[in-house]
Amino acid sequence: MPLASPDPRAAWLMRLGDASLILGHRMTQWLSRAPTLEEDIALANLGLDLIGQTRALYARACEIEGGGRDENALAYRRAEPEYRNPLLVEQPNGDFAVTMVRHLIFAAYATPLYERLSSSNDAETAGIATRSAREMAYHLRHAAEWTIRLGDGTPESHARAQTALDDLWPYVPELFEADDLDRDVAASGFGVDPSTLRGDFDAAVAGVLARATLAKPAEVRGQRGGKAGRHSEHLGHILAELQVLQRAYPDAQW
Amino acid sequence: MTEAATPLWEVFVRPRNGLAHRHVGSLHAHDAQMALQAARDVYTRRGETQSIWIVPSTAIVASDPSEKDMMFEPTATKIYRHPTFYEVPDEVGHM
Repeated sequence: MPLASPDPRAAWLMRLGDASLILGHRMTQWLSRAPTLEEDIALANLGLDLIGQTRALYARACEIEGGGRDENALAYRRAEPEYRNPLLVEQPNGDFAVTMVRHLIFAAYATPLYERLSSSNDAETAGIATRSAREMAYHLRHAAEWTIRLGDGTPESHARAQTALDDLWPYVPELFEADDLDRDVAASGFGVDPSTLRGDFDAAVAGVLARATLAKPAEVRGQRGGKAGRHSEHLGHILAELQVLQRAYPDAQW
Repeated sequence: MTEAATPLWEVFVRPRNGLAHRHVGSLHAHDAQMALQAARDVYTRRGETQSIWIVPSTAIVASDPSEKDMMFEPTATKIYRHPTFYEVPDEVGHM
């Protein structure tokens, strides 16, 4: 599978951007459907944070690439195999417990990722990471507080939260598996090797699961492929919705 | 979700250092921590906020609107309580 960009640094930033775009889109699918008005606004805020991070990451990737593509081209003109997000973020929203547990897993991975990336040797990338780390720390807090209340809530909310955790846990290993691209950008001081983040993730999640009275699922080999462009059937549906306007009316402007 | 599970909370926001917290509205949440997060998401989206206070709405003791006349009307005729009978010397400037 060729890189998503000829420049490895751009390809790596695009991969981060793909993850936040797809998860951000998933969050926007909750709009007007959240359990309460307060949570509807909260989920929209989380989605907007992620889409804002995507724009910054894509824009920097395009600058580094220097090939004339812009962030809209990346978001709206690429097909599934060109997207390199981990499989976790394209999984369906399910019930509220699924969405919150998915967000807990992602935020517990992305918070230390952006904290480390804030010392990237690329000042622009470091700046994006500093802002993103702050946002993801709040995402982690929000998802953690909900996971605790669902897990330590009623028998039904506990059962749903445990099911969500068990169903999503197979998507955890992919987040932390370093491939050649990860190792390449980490070695040059530009990026972060995700395998170095697992300790922070485990510590953050263990504390939440203990308070939530949820059992940590057994470690499994897991599902992987998204980072290499091999996706679940869900991504095609997401892109169909996300890209329909630009596909039907290329270069349409507001 | 039932009302009992998500009681009402009053939200006070302090926009800048030096200003007092102001009541900005209310919201439903399960507990104080969730109310604080909801307040952050609902009421501080568009600007700088220094601090949020959350108070259970049941902790607010309010005057009875039907007693408005008894409570507040008598002060309307006591104009001598307004500090408008003093000549402020020009040298004092704005007070």
